Amino acid sequence: MSRTFFAKNPSVLWFLLILALFTLAVTVLSEAYGVAFISTSFVKTLGKTLCLALVALAMDLIWGYAGILSLGHMAFFALGGYMIGMWLMYARTDEIVVAALAQGGLPATAEEIRQGVATQIFGVVGASDFPPIWYFAHSFWAQIALVVLVPGILALVFGWLAFRSRVTGVYLSILTQAMTLALALYLFQNDSGLRGNNGLSGLQNLPGLDAVSQDDVSMWFFWASALALGIGYLLLAWVVSGKFGSVIRAIRDDEQRVRFLGYSVEGYKLFVFTLTAVIAAIAGALYYPQAGIINPAELAPIASIYLAVWVAIGGRGRLYGAVIGAAFVSLLSSWFTGGRAPSIPLGFYTIDWVDWWLVILGLSFVAVTLFAPKGIGGLFDLATGLRSPNRRGAPLGPDDGALMEKEAKE
Amino acid sequence: MRALLLSLAALILMAFPALAQQSVADILAANRDQIEKPSRQTIGPVIDQLAASGDPAAAAVLTAWEAKQLGLRESDGAFFIVEKSDDGWTLTNPDGSPAGTAPKGDIKELKPNAGVRGLIATALVQFTLSDPDRAKRLAALESIAKDPKADALIPLRAAIDAEPDPDLKAQKQRLERLLTLRFDPDSAARVAAIESFGSELGLDLRAALNPLVATTRIAFAGDLPAGSNLARTLTPGSDLTEVEAYDLLVAANMAPARLTVEEARKALVTNLNDGMVGGVALADLNTQAARDTAYTALETAGIVPAAATDAEVTAAVAAHRFAEVYAEPDPAVTSAAAAALSGITIKVGTMQAADLALDAVSLASIYFLAAIGLAITFGVMRVINMAHGEFIMMGAYTGYVVQQFIPNHTVSILVALPLAFAVTFAAGVAMERLVIRHLYKRPLETLLATFGISIALQQIAKNVFGTQARPLTAPSWLDGALTFNDVVSISYIRIAIFVLALVFLMFFLWLMKRTRLGLEVRAVTQNPSMAASMGINPDRINMLTFGLGSGIAGIAGVAIGLFAKVTSELGSDYIVQSFMTVVVGGVGNIWGTLAGAFLIGTFQKGIEWLNPSNTLAAQTYMILLIILFIQFRPRGIIALKGRAAGD
Repeated sequence: MSRTFFAKNPSVLWFLLILALFTLAVTVLSEAYGVAFISTSFVKTLGKTLCLALVALAMDLIWGYAGILSLGHMAFFALGGYMIGMWLMYARTDEIVVAALAQGGLPATAEEIRQGVATQIFGVVGASDFPPIWYFAHSFWAQIALVVLVPGILALVFGWLAFRSRVTGVYLSILTQAMTLALALYLFQNDSGLRGNNGLSGLQNLPGLDAVSQDDVSMWFFWASALALGIGYLLLAWVVSGKFGSVIRAIRDDEQRVRFLGYSVEGYKLFVFTLTAVIAAIAGALYYPQAGIINPAELAPIASIYLAVWVAIGGRGRLYGAVIGAAFVSLLSSWFTGGRAPSIPLGFYTIDWVDWWLVILGLSFVAVTLFAPKGIGGLFDLATGLRSPNRRGAPLGPDDGALMEKEAKE
Repeated sequence: MRALLLSLAALILMAFPALAQQSVADILAANRDQIEKPSRQTIGPVIDQLAASGDPAAAAVLTAWEAKQLGLRESDGAFFIVEKSDDGWTLTNPDGSPAGTAPKGDIKELKPNAGVRGLIATALVQFTLSDPDRAKRLAALESIAKDPKADALIPLRAAIDAEPDPDLKAQKQRLERLLTLRFDPDSAARVAAIESFGSELGLDLRAALNPLVATTRIAFAGDLPAGSNLARTLTPGSDLTEVEAYDLLVAANMAPARLTVEEARKALVTNLNDGMVGGVALADLNTQAARDTAYTALETAGIVPAAATDAEVTAAVAAHRFAEVYAEPDPAVTSAAAAALSGITIKVGTMQAADLALDAVSLASIYFLAAIGLAITFGVMRVINMAHGEFIMMGAYTGYVVQQFIPNHTVSILVALPLAFAVTFAAGVAMERLVIRHLYKRPLETLLATFGISIALQQIAKNVFGTQARPLTAPSWLDGALTFNDVVSISYIRIAIFVLALVFLMFFLWLMKRTRLGLEVRAVTQNPSMAASMGINPDRINMLTFGLGSGIAGIAGVAIGLFAKVTSELGSDYIVQSFMTVVVGGVGNIWGTLAGAFLIGTFQKGIEWLNPSNTLAAQTYMILLIILFIQFRPRGIIALKGRAAGD
């Protein structure tokens, strides 16, 4: 107990240091507060990447540490975005409608404003009334609370149902995927109350800040994202470092045994599931104002699987691995799909990266799973000389986890 | 023909005794001016007179007139049926006797316009109904049935008894009853006609009955207007909203139009004076109540037209009563029609339930087909293969490619089925050897690795075949549908898929229970080490099993491609449902998969029936139901017990 938290986890300090330096560098190079070396749109991309790194952290906690492969965390991410998007869209439209009604000669009634905003927002899906779920949309603080509450409660209820009936392993993965699909299909309907497949748009315009340029706004969001990532990293590092972390790692390795030791496995899992859902939602609430638009396609099950891909490529079971994976894969991905990567002419066929990037990603994912289960983070182990036992060869006993041939020889 | 026409004429004589005296020639002569220059508005009575004349020649004359073969000899004003000959005209008297020839200039051809010809054709219906040509009689019946009119009733009745064809006679009788129930002047006859149908399902019957029970909403003060046939009284608030009630009053000119927010606003802005309007300060006009007060003040002063504010609307609605009345004035007829329709509704409901059950079965067989490969790889081997959907897609694309080379659809499908099996079998074996073999102990990573393969395969398909849907055409003998009646029907493709699903069920059962391979598969999945001790090579069995499951997915792909569009996303549309089918049914048991497919198919169709406009919602609720279902039976409908269940 004499050693401090940071002394036991030197990687946390390193991470925070690198994050701070990175933020400082981007600020100095930005258009708004620096030498204008980095374009505003790239600042936005970097800010979004930080949010993705935050949700990858959450995924690493639930999958890398607790062993629950949730294919639904991008749904919580998108829900967070929807919740903040509702307020952004309401408040922006409210400003516009009030300005338009002021031209009319009479002071506007509350009802007129409400009607005008509703028509503006929902005209595109053929409705002109506010659905009940927009009840709190006028209030910033209520929607901020909902960013945490809606995904949190959904995760709590879903997790309670799933863990209570001892759904584990791949079954849980499929179940979470089904939940995501159901949510996405629901939101695709026009009468879901969230504008169907049009989604919410114009989120990059902050209400009341028309005078401020997007250069500044994007920097603010970048700082906020960096701050959230830093706090999230610190929180999760603290969560996994103590006794709690040991228990959830034990659940990952042998759930049955932990249960027999008297721990409430379901309680631990539920806490981790809900906590990570809330972190994902906060990341989403920071991500979508930078992206400017959110629609149900963001909830598609494939998004959650990409999240798992990032964490796997970065390296499961170590927090910085998740951040590295998310940043590396999502930046590379946007480089390839953005059409900036040069095509490779082969004479008989030209490899166009927009078309072939997904093939490379899919296959490299198979390769990482097969040959480098530790992902990119494993390189740090190589550097520091850490080696895990080589568990190759045929098992010597009938059960999982028995000593392997070559292990026994060493 | 003579005999027919005579009997018809006799009947018409009875119907129109007063008109029976005139011959066709007389009528033509009497109305020469009109016939020479007919106009659609005025020619009606003349045509009716001709048709009702009872003269056997009427039909021939009208036919000739419609065919522009009626001619007028200018010299004496006589009408003839004319035919062009080499040097002029061959003439025939209206009564059919030859009347020699005439040079070209003597005869004026009558060319009625399309409108007049239409009127003539209507009048001719009564003759064509008794035409010796069966096809013409049928066409006449169909034209009446398409556009039922009151005046078709009498000629139709007249044409029934002499009808020689029993089929056509039945049709005529049915049509006669349909017309009777709508147009007969006698209330009792109409009720009898309605009741004679019982609760038949014909669309034509429903089309005839529905206008009889059509209602309109009316508003009235005091008592119900005399002569209206009340359907039900309406209470504002429960049966209709206050807005609807007031709209009725406005439509009936019993109340001034409602004051819309927009109009009130305009009126107030125009009458704005020194920051005051109607005694209210401008700054206070930000509530609806204040605006109403101001407007009422203006109204009292006579500056703006009277318009109802909300309070006045409520008062006006309370002062009136509202009711739904039938457009049909005869209460006996409406109640008989309502009773008949409710009988029909019940029967239609039953039939719809039957139709829904058929739909559910066919959807279930599609899910079963998509899931049966998974039942092997996931259910038996416990390998999560997220690329299963892509194997289905590969099968469908194989079918598409085969059709590019073999134009005959029947042959191409027969070639495509085994070829799809071969292609996906090879792909499955390759995948098992290269990837899955190394991950048997790590199921979550199998899931992710196969998912990587799934996105790669999907993107490759997109690059090779493009993003647009490719057609996989079914043989023409699978076109069309098996129709039981107006409500229940099922397309042959769906029947074929059902049969295919049954065949696969049999095949699976035979393979697992009756063959050496099946025995070895079951042994290896239960205990690989023990099976290996018995001389079974688990590697080989795993490879074959996985290949088999993938191969069946390929065949399912061909079947699914026949009715769905072949795109690179074909597989991912089915993957979640397929896993659900296997999980809900119970892993490791083919009967469970079958039960799961039926449960999900029925769920989905049932929800679609409750909310037909919205298949997205149906899928959402179905998935939620499945998630709840797994709460109560986590191991599926048919759970394995004992050692086979594993952990």
